Amino acid sequence: MKQDIFQAIADPTRRAILTLLTIQALTPNVMAEKFDMSRQAVSKHIKVLQECELIKPEQSGREIYYHFNEKKMQEFDNWLAQLRQNWETKFNQLDGLLSTLKQQTTK
Amino acid sequence: MNNDLLFDFNVDKAAKMVYITREFNAGQALVWDAFTKAELLDQWGAPAPMRAKTKYMDFKVGGRRFYAMISPDGQERWAVQEYTSITPKTNFKMYNAFADKDENRELPGSEWDYNFSEENGITKVSITIFNESFERLEKLLDGFTIGFKMILTNLEELLTALQQKL
Repeated sequence: MKQDIFQAIADPTRRAILTLLTIQALTPNVMAEKFDMSRQAVSKHIKVLQECELIKPEQSGREIYYHFNEKKMQEFDNWLAQLRQNWETKFNQLDGLLSTLKQQTTK
Repeated sequence: MNNDLLFDFNVDKAAKMVYITREFNAGQALVWDAFTKAELLDQWGAPAPMRAKTKYMDFKVGGRRFYAMISPDGQERWAVQEYTSITPKTNFKMYNAFADKDENRELPGSEWDYNFSEENGITKVSITIFNESFERLEKLLDGFTIGFKMILTNLEELLTALQQKL
């Protein structure tokens, strides 16, 4: 089941993991160290982030490094921009309507 | 277009909230009507070239509005709004869910909270939207993926037409 992106970034630890990964790709062990967390706990967070495609694994030798998926975050931001545009358009339409209605009531 | 009116749009991604604030150059009673009467909502409620069409609306606590967003090619996207709280002229809250043409709801939906206030003839409307899932928010854009140029052209035509009526 595809993980919901809002659930993924709703957790502060996961947000912190993402922030760290924007600086440099990391292995689960290093992540556990930095957050003073068990390897198990980190794996749970990684699973959620990976399921919604915010991070991607890449094999390097015997280790797996997780990379921040900038493209996914950009997709999310683009989508937000479009949502904002829709609202702007509707409100501009409402401006026109209110102007018309005001004219009608003062006649 | 009046560029002096406030328009704020913020999304708290972690809390799944969208915050919108917009000022309107009209009295509070008139703006309240524009947001709560079907015949007025249908005139501005969808970004052109989409249109909004209300099948029925009963604006009271427990009442509902059943309406559709119609795309230029005739596709209809239905939704139901259920009013959970109303304080005339200043506040109303509703639960919004997508639905099929027979009013069968698709959950989860979202919770909307509208606040109205006026100062010096300018009415401020603050809207808070709480969405349970991102996928649901994505659906809000279904059918809205039309070039911005097209939207702006249509808007200009609409405003010109409205001005000519005066």
